[in-house]
Amino acid sequence: MSLHPPDLAADQAAALAARTAARAADERIAEIAYAVVDAPVGRLVLAATSEGIVRIAYELQNGGLDAVLDRLAERLSPRIVEAPARLDGARRELDEYFDGRRRDFEVALDFALAGSGFARRVLEAAVRIPFGETSSYREVAGAAGSPNAYRAAGNALGANPLPIVVPCHRVLASTGGLGGYTGGLQRKRLLLDIEGVRPG
Amino acid sequence: MNTLPPFQRFLDGHREDVLRFLVAAVGRPDADDAFQETFLSALRSYERLRADSNLRAWVLTIAHRKAVDIHRARERRPLPVADLHEGATPIAGASAAPSAAAQGDHWERVRALPPRQRAVLTLRYAAGLTHAEIATALGCSPEAARRAAADGLKTLREELPHVPASA
Repeated sequence: MSLHPPDLAADQAAALAARTAARAADERIAEIAYAVVDAPVGRLVLAATSEGIVRIAYELQNGGLDAVLDRLAERLSPRIVEAPARLDGARRELDEYFDGRRRDFEVALDFALAGSGFARRVLEAAVRIPFGETSSYREVAGAAGSPNAYRAAGNALGANPLPIVVPCHRVLASTGGLGGYTGGLQRKRLLLDIEGVRPG
Repeated sequence: MNTLPPFQRFLDGHREDVLRFLVAAVGRPDADDAFQETFLSALRSYERLRADSNLRAWVLTIAHRKAVDIHRARERRPLPVADLHEGATPIAGASAAPSAAAQGDHWERVRALPPRQRAVLTLRYAAGLTHAEIATALGCSPEAARRAAADGLKTLREELPHVPASA
């Protein structure tokens, strides 16, 4: 064939795509912006809507980036672009937290994936547990209005869409054991260690 | 239920095809803006799309419309003097820009063809769409698309004798 497609410089299309994605996020044509960031707990996928951070996912524990994005597309919107600049604030706060220079998160949160009713109240109760302190599943269930629903509270915490900033790692078994964690117990231990907590 | 892929995956999957098509259809200087406009338009109407749509043909159809807009805008404004020196010459003045042709870049000649011939040849040979997909993109019959391609190639061969008949 004599009419060949034009040649492109290496990375030309990739660079243009990155610029387009940044514009889509800045001009709010995209609903969700995301970034993949390195952290001492492994790589995190951060995603934000115009309301705030809507998802923090341990990349490996959640089947990889594609699986995380597929679920966001199904549950919220497929209008998702990679726009790291829009996650700079959240990334900075997380860096400071991991460095031991931050106790409270100020970044705005979007609870769109936090469920409703009891499950949502459980996560709201977890947000109120201060840095360096712990609570039990029963106490969190009580704070959410149903002290006996500690198993349901455990499920709600296990489905926490915003781990670390919604500190479900501060909820332990009433026996003093670690309980469970959405990112695996090793990560729960690491987060508690950052906060100076030594569970029994 | 909507199972469209996350837009970023769609963008990454088609960015090279769309850029190649636009470089052929409007030239390098205008291709960057046209690329961004194409994908931003696609994003605006993304959720109205059916999940089983031909996403590649869809986004190239949007790119084609951006190319048409650019060609119309060029026709409306007088040709800047500088463009004459950059070889944006009409077909009749083929000898004015031998270098691009010598390097095998026939797309400049394709851009000077009548709109439908230009559209069919860029969609076929820069983007690799089938005649059926091109017909859908242009809203014409596959036969009309095929005929426009043949007419366009005939003109190119007359101007550029080394374009083989097999094109």
